[in-house]
Amino acid sequence: MSDNFGFTDTPKSGSRELTYLEAIAEAIQLEMERDDDVLVLGEDVGGDFGGAFKVTHGLAARFGDRRVLNTPIAELGFTGMANGMALMGLRPIVEMQFADFISTAFDSIVQFASTAHYRMGAAVPWVIRAPSDGGIRSGPFHSQNPEAWFVHTPGLKVVAPSTPADAKGLLAAAVRDDNPVIFFESKPLYRSLRGHVPEGEHVSPLGSAVERRQGSDVTVFSYGAMTHQALAAAEQAAGDGIETQVVDLVSLKPLDTDAILEHATSTGKVVIAHAANRMAGVGAEIAALIAEEAFDSLDGPIVRLGGADTPVPFSPPLEDAYRPNADTIASAIRRLSAY
Amino acid sequence: MCPYLDPRSTLDAAGNPGFGEPAETRFSTLRSMVDPRTQIEMYSWMKLARTFDEQMVAMWKQGRGLGGTFSGRGHEAISVGAGLALGRKDVVAPMHRDLGTYLVRGMTPERIFGNMLGRATGASRGRDANLHGVGDLDLGIIGFVSHLPQSLPTTLGIAMSFKYRSEPRVAMTFVGDGGTTAGAYHETLNMAGLWQAPFVLIIENNQYAYSTPLTQQMHAPNFAERAAVYGVATSSVDGNSVNDVYQTCVEAIERARTGGGPTVIEATTMRMLGHAIHDGAEYVPADLLDQWERRDPVANHRQHLLDTDIASEAMLEQVDTTSRERIAAAVAEAEAAAMPDPDTLEDGVYA
Repeated sequence: MSDNFGFTDTPKSGSRELTYLEAIAEAIQLEMERDDDVLVLGEDVGGDFGGAFKVTHGLAARFGDRRVLNTPIAELGFTGMANGMALMGLRPIVEMQFADFISTAFDSIVQFASTAHYRMGAAVPWVIRAPSDGGIRSGPFHSQNPEAWFVHTPGLKVVAPSTPADAKGLLAAAVRDDNPVIFFESKPLYRSLRGHVPEGEHVSPLGSAVERRQGSDVTVFSYGAMTHQALAAAEQAAGDGIETQVVDLVSLKPLDTDAILEHATSTGKVVIAHAANRMAGVGAEIAALIAEEAFDSLDGPIVRLGGADTPVPFSPPLEDAYRPNADTIASAIRRLSAY
Repeated sequence: MCPYLDPRSTLDAAGNPGFGEPAETRFSTLRSMVDPRTQIEMYSWMKLARTFDEQMVAMWKQGRGLGGTFSGRGHEAISVGAGLALGRKDVVAPMHRDLGTYLVRGMTPERIFGNMLGRATGASRGRDANLHGVGDLDLGIIGFVSHLPQSLPTTLGIAMSFKYRSEPRVAMTFVGDGGTTAGAYHETLNMAGLWQAPFVLIIENNQYAYSTPLTQQMHAPNFAERAAVYGVATSSVDGNSVNDVYQTCVEAIERARTGGGPTVIEATTMRMLGHAIHDGAEYVPADLLDQWERRDPVANHRQHLLDTDIASEAMLEQVDTTSRERIAAAVAEAEAAAMPDPDTLEDGVYA
């Protein structure tokens, strides 16, 4: 999709266009300026290099090595270290070089950080930035969407922004939140997606879904980069006279259950699309929620589109077959609209 | 009456945790010998921990316990010696056999028994079992998770926060011989050495990781040599001598506090009972236990106080009696305490 993923947004006063990556970088810089307790740590984040994706480029020159801490390759260790820092009131922003590597830090996240407040009333206010998602020919270990592991873990918050403005606003909110927040960045959007981003302080609430497109026939729930495929699919379906509502979940934990039920009820026809594999994915939880709470409002089966139950393959024909896209989402919309 | 038996004596006038006097006062008194007052205090805390432990084991065998629990019998010199060496603003992440450290820092026997019995008054308010999750940031205690090597990177992060804020504070934690073979241990020591963090790690080598003896855990000759490659200072200490543990910890803490970097202390001891209360530890040779029983840290320190005329038999008997009374009162209070209200199930998942 060359035309900015089909994405357009309305300029507001005090906003200007940034890429998704620039919006994240701006949020980090502003939070570090605002609060000396905010620091960045991770592999290759420091010095002149500024991270594998250059998100932290320039931060070390501005804030020094004290606040931009280059770590050895030790995700379990440095994420555990962030736990200790956060217990003492610091607000570390941990860069996981690729979301795929987060499995290495699993104990530090799902055993210690997520339980600390429940067990001993001690807050662990860190953010893990996790560059996720594929479709960019990066193979099984640089393309993953591991959000379901963390949505399944009590005590964590999980967000997955789809626009530059949300990326900035949600990262600021995540840094200020007193809980551990995993921030899934969609790396296909980093330099490809531009959008209007408010200047200066911009904080978006965690836990709220956003309607990206109005429509009365079918509802598509999605998040992250897949939201843009859903929007493109809605455009295709509009050519067939089907009005599709696209709801960006934004926050995966907590889920905005009120908004999900309200939107599902408004059309009675629900498609859920995400790049993570479908099996026990976030879509399964949303489908179950709607089936339990809004069954009487449904006019057709809930359709879940997600990655195949395989590792994320490398070769283009295989990876394309793995992932939902605008065409497969549009087919699902058309199929469902016939009910 | 020994004043140190009252956990409130660990709070200063402002109610802050510690042991009632600035750590610096203690450091200056202890180069070659631990001062007599501290030696008596160490006995008091060890006796309190031992009395707690014996009462706990008895209760679980009588069916008055809840779930599993872990005895720290034989580990009192390490937990008390290390705990008393810390300053009141330092932070410690003890393990499941470090009861003495919790007590010294001001965690009351009532809150610990309450935790073990699942009461609302327990340190974790019924959330976590036995000594797990017994943490209180106001006391400078971090509650551990069962994945014990997790305490290492957490504690390094605490040490790095002190460095970040240029605070003259130290973070200490413990790991067993078993925990030193996990990745978190090695990742943490590498970073602690790299950044010369104010971090002190005590390896409690108690010979067994559950049923696996040390000879089946590693080929390296000892823990100190294996740790030194990470660029940390190392010491080896008799883990059954509270004086030695205390002095070694004081030196390590002072070095860390003054910018001298991290230390790993290998404290050798013996796990005198099973891995947990259900475990008869038949796999441990009886003569090995006999040999270590003769080195019992509490009995030996008591005898040492008598032999050196630091304390009289009458005084130590008073300590013993007070410990029994203190623990009996704690058990009575914990057993009478309310269970948590099921309506609070979801309270506290999020800050």
